[in-house]
Amino acid sequence: MSVPLLRTEGLTKSFTLHLRGGLRLPVLGGIDLSVEAGQCIVLSGPSGAGKSTLLRTLYGNYRADGGKILVQHQGRIVDIAGADPRTILAVRHSTIGYVSQFLRVVPRVPALDIVAEALIGRGPSPGEAREQAASMLLSLNIPRRLHGIPPATFSGGEQQRINLARGFIAGHPILLLDEPTASLDADNRAVVVRMIQDAKASGTAIVAICHDVDVRDQIADRLFEVAPYQEAA
Amino acid sequence: MNDDPILAARGLTLSFGVIPALLNVDMELYLGEILAIVGESGSGKTTLLNVLSGLLRPQSGTVTYRDPDGVTHDVHGMPAPMLRTLQRSDWGFVHQDPRRSLRMNVSAGGNVGERLMAQGARHYGDIRAQALDWLEQVEIDADRIDDLPRTFSGGMLQRLQIARTLVTHPRLVFMDEPTGGLDVSVQARLLDLIRSLVARLGVAVVLVTHDIAVARLLGHRIAVMQRGRIVETGLTDQVLDDPRHPYTQLLVSSVLQA
Repeated sequence: MSVPLLRTEGLTKSFTLHLRGGLRLPVLGGIDLSVEAGQCIVLSGPSGAGKSTLLRTLYGNYRADGGKILVQHQGRIVDIAGADPRTILAVRHSTIGYVSQFLRVVPRVPALDIVAEALIGRGPSPGEAREQAASMLLSLNIPRRLHGIPPATFSGGEQQRINLARGFIAGHPILLLDEPTASLDADNRAVVVRMIQDAKASGTAIVAICHDVDVRDQIADRLFEVAPYQEAA
Repeated sequence: MNDDPILAARGLTLSFGVIPALLNVDMELYLGEILAIVGESGSGKTTLLNVLSGLLRPQSGTVTYRDPDGVTHDVHGMPAPMLRTLQRSDWGFVHQDPRRSLRMNVSAGGNVGERLMAQGARHYGDIRAQALDWLEQVEIDADRIDDLPRTFSGGMLQRLQIARTLVTHPRLVFMDEPTGGLDVSVQARLLDLIRSLVARLGVAVVLVTHDIAVARLLGHRIAVMQRGRIVETGLTDQVLDDPRHPYTQLLVSSVLQA
């Protein structure tokens, strides 16, 4: 059995809402999860169980309360939980990629530049980066006439594909995908399934949230149940 | 080499009369990084910027700057001429009101070239060529090089100020509400410009803004100030998406969704 690229130990997360009188919402209670190279784990569980919270915590977007998030980063193991901001930025640059449900970008930046920018600082020249970005967008059925346009006016499905292109182009060894096919039609779903399968074949470890059962069956090696949190009695 | 901060503050405290403007503030800034300082008016953001950049002396605490040779200097302990030299060369300022740093009776090209001349550049052709290059980088038409800034719009003035600031390749730039008071369409373009220039030049930036959206788009890290204290600090998306301090939660939940 190979070494996991990403592993959590006893990961816990709660939210304290100070504007609601300090109401405490426990969400994750002791998550032990492990993903190896070339594996895709799909998080399952009802809405509100904490799947997105888990994914965001793995990316360091939400701060863990307790436990460890151990990541293989440039030949060593880094604990994302409690890592300082610069370490997390370095891990995000070279090791963990995240595709959120919704595209959030600087206004007025063209789609092509948004995707190409994900390659800056990784070797390719700006020209090469734009070429690779263009072919990635074309493979996701975003026609050339849209490449020069900022995606604010794009449809939901087009925005999601820009987001996917940006997330996949850098070739991170670990990818976190939040509903990657939610607003896509059947043809584009098939393209994204193939992209995920290709990424797995080249050794990428993937943790995904995916409600579409067809897609899930095609990409998942294993389901990981995230149960709604229950305080120990 | 990047493991030591370029700028560090310890225990900064300053009161105006009985009003505490800064209370025991610590911060660090590294090369290539943008630190956004957010908070309401009167929270001490601009006072902190002025103390960090040597314009205002704290009642207690220190600010240290690490020069390109790795030597650290006490910003408030160094001789005044040395501080002025730093402010003219290694450091840059982008004020909310560009008129504060631009000379309105000198041409656009002259405004950019002047900072080069202050650093010892003397060859007129070189200075003009660099000024032209920078006007182009901030998207000001080359044929405006001999025009006076007072014929420029607010957004153009702000871009001219940025060109004037960055022409000497400073390592550390202080920005105070750089997009404040501009139309949103102008603001978006300016944000993208600042972001790409900072990434390409690898400078360190302390950015003061009351606009959470600006902090999110530009800041690698964020510090939230309230009544002179930094109440929460960390990775920008962590602090804004998972705020822990009551004041940060209030600030984030008060942002209007467009």
